Amino acid sequence: MQKPIILTVAAALAMATPAMAQTPVLTVLTYDSFTSEWGPGPAVEAAFEETCGCDLQFVGAGDGAALLARLQLEGPRTDADIVLGLDTNLTAAARKTGLFAPHGITADLDLPVAWDDTDFLPFDWGYFAFVGNAGAAAPTSLRALADSDIKIVIQDPRSSTPGLGLLMWVQAAYGEGAGALWADLADNIVTVTPGWSEAYGLFLEGEADAVLSYTTSPAYHLIAEDDDSKVAWAFDEGHYMQVEVAGKVAGTDQPVLADQFMAFMVSDAFQSIIPTTNWMYPAVTPSDGLPDGFDTLIIPAKSLLFSPQEALAIRSSALDTWRSALSQ
Amino acid sequence: MALSTFTIKTRWPSGIAAGLVLVVTFGTLGAVILRADFSAGLGAADWAAVRFTVTQALVSAALSCILAIPVARALSRRAFRGRSVLITLLGAPFLLPVVVAVFGILAVFGRGGIVNSALDWAGLPQVSIYGFQGVILGHVFFNLPLVTRLILQGWLAIPSERFRLAASLDGSVSQLLERPMLRQVLPGAFLVVFLISLTSFAVALTLGGGPRATTVELAIYQALRFDFDLGRAAMLALVQFGLCVGAGTFVWRFGAPNAFGIGLDRRIERWDGHAWLDGICIGLAALFLILPLGMVVLRGVPGLLDLPADIWWAAGRSLLVATASATLCMALALALALRGGPMVAIIGVLPLAASSLVIGTGLFLIIYPVMNPTKLALLVTTLTNATLALPFVLRAIGPSVDAVKADFGRLGATLGLSPAVWIRHIMLPRLRRPIGFGAGLAAALSMGDLGVITLFAGDGGETLPLAMYRLMGAYKMEAAASAALVLLGLSLALFWICDQGGRTNVDL
Repeated sequence: MQKPIILTVAAALAMATPAMAQTPVLTVLTYDSFTSEWGPGPAVEAAFEETCGCDLQFVGAGDGAALLARLQLEGPRTDADIVLGLDTNLTAAARKTGLFAPHGITADLDLPVAWDDTDFLPFDWGYFAFVGNAGAAAPTSLRALADSDIKIVIQDPRSSTPGLGLLMWVQAAYGEGAGALWADLADNIVTVTPGWSEAYGLFLEGEADAVLSYTTSPAYHLIAEDDDSKVAWAFDEGHYMQVEVAGKVAGTDQPVLADQFMAFMVSDAFQSIIPTTNWMYPAVTPSDGLPDGFDTLIIPAKSLLFSPQEALAIRSSALDTWRSALSQ
Repeated sequence: MALSTFTIKTRWPSGIAAGLVLVVTFGTLGAVILRADFSAGLGAADWAAVRFTVTQALVSAALSCILAIPVARALSRRAFRGRSVLITLLGAPFLLPVVVAVFGILAVFGRGGIVNSALDWAGLPQVSIYGFQGVILGHVFFNLPLVTRLILQGWLAIPSERFRLAASLDGSVSQLLERPMLRQVLPGAFLVVFLISLTSFAVALTLGGGPRATTVELAIYQALRFDFDLGRAAMLALVQFGLCVGAGTFVWRFGAPNAFGIGLDRRIERWDGHAWLDGICIGLAALFLILPLGMVVLRGVPGLLDLPADIWWAAGRSLLVATASATLCMALALALALRGGPMVAIIGVLPLAASSLVIGTGLFLIIYPVMNPTKLALLVTTLTNATLALPFVLRAIGPSVDAVKADFGRLGATLGLSPAVWIRHIMLPRLRRPIGFGAGLAAALSMGDLGVITLFAGDGGETLPLAMYRLMGAYKMEAAASAALVLLGLSLALFWICDQGGRTNVDL
């Protein structure tokens, strides 16, 4: 009884192959939470496939850092046409691989900072912030937090992109004084987790008063769960930004489709999906504006961001500062 | 020497099994080394990580073994209602994905956990789990159940004739029977826990409270993911292997086979020991291990009915992978155990010292030039999980295989039985219990594994642990907690089915 079934399947596959071969495939390498059922991936795929006459395939690979490592493992032979989900802490290293081509897009971006990178194009951005419970004591600066006895959970900068973001934040705000601030923060830190998920989970379980996340995190609770009990703390020193970007792979076998996708990425159709799936600010504010609830979020008075070259140059010494201050 | 004329010819199968283990461990490391540039050696921070890793692994292993002895002895001496359910539940922590177990532990011992709430209520100062003590607590929580089961197997494997002999000689059970048995079982158990703790990453970091608790595995993660420094990752992986071989050699010299005569392998009612003392041991262990599990269940129940359909597909995929990898693992383990000897002992622990990140990266590098690795995600996961579970399964069945060979090998030689007949009719029936336990272990371990799949999973190939992790990444902590409960239930069910299968007709 087995044979006929196998034959049928084989015949079906044989018939299906020529038809499928006519549809070009655009492969986008991205991080896990982008392509998951609850991320922007499914909606983006549907919207792009409506117009492109192609098959858009996402390949998920851990987080932003894992994404770059994956691309480096694959090297020039990579099947990826687009890499989506790096941030400015990673783009200098990404550029060094020589695997990316200029995106050639001029878009009117709504970023708090100027953008002139010709290789990498932002698709969303956000501010790092500590998220705590409404009504509880809320410090107004990193310094005030360090001097308080408020308990926080953070992520390890050696294994997590938000963790690295906090490292850059302290560095951007305090420069030479970063070590002293970390030393004073040490007794506030309940623990350091490998990734964002564990830290956020621990905060929700009540293990800490606050967690390092984004100013947009309270929007998730407000919009998806109708829960206004989470707030982000606005800090006087300003907030470090995360700008998430995509780049076109130089060796792509679908250059036209890849260009089409980069242009689509900064269009309304893509950008309006971002706020309530990736819970970040869209790189170009959609014509309908931001969803209800985003207006309740704090807007930092000052935006901090290192250029990709600076971020790469200071990372290793900033890590040493962090490690020695927290290992005392 | 006449006794050794009966040898079981298992060169072929054991050769294949050993080859597979070597490819997954050293082959993948070799693939990483081939792609690496070795620009700089290991720095001071790396050696600090090595020191911390070894220290915590030694303490974790010692404590797990010391605490497991009274619990296993109590369980072997006492018969009571619900004993077999309790034994299965006691095994659960070991089978859980790390992140689930950590949340369970913190719900009991964390800042807002049961223990601190009770202390608060009583007006006593809080205790902090975060730090060295947390790392040890976490590792003991994971490994106490495993060591308990391994020792329990050893206890149950002592033939009743030996107890009768001890009784008729009016000798001490502990001196005549238990110490030799422990001397045989404990070194291996110690080694296994030492190596598990050696490659720990998330438990050590999260419960360790910060960069003081940096392990070698975290340094490997950083090298591979953040710095893309394959050379440093390879050197760190070699250090891990070095530690493994060193510890293995030491333990292998320390352990001693026991030298009693053969028994008719019937079980016996024990008469020694104090019931109340055994009761306290069992009660404390149950409380320590089951309370965090209870919290995992409590957290998971509310969202159970709202779980997205994808989770059930992922669960089905995980079950498939678990069944396949358990079958493969049993075949490998039997082939290696029949062969026996020091080389097999070393090969049997190697996978424990391997970094799953290096394995994943190496397999990716090996497969990528040939075909798209995401198409092989489930196959690669099956193969890797089978290899990674091998050390535990080998521990579970190895001593029994050796014992059957020693006790019944002469019988086979005298009767001139062919190896196939001997294995089928003499050996396998005597191995039902360890085989059931081993298969359950392999299946459940595979169920909870979140290792190489993270590097290979494409669209729609996700396993249950990965799906759970992705839920967490999308703020859906309640759904993730429910997925964790499903995972816990399925792992335990798989383990229970295999383990029970091995226990029917146990009184031959």
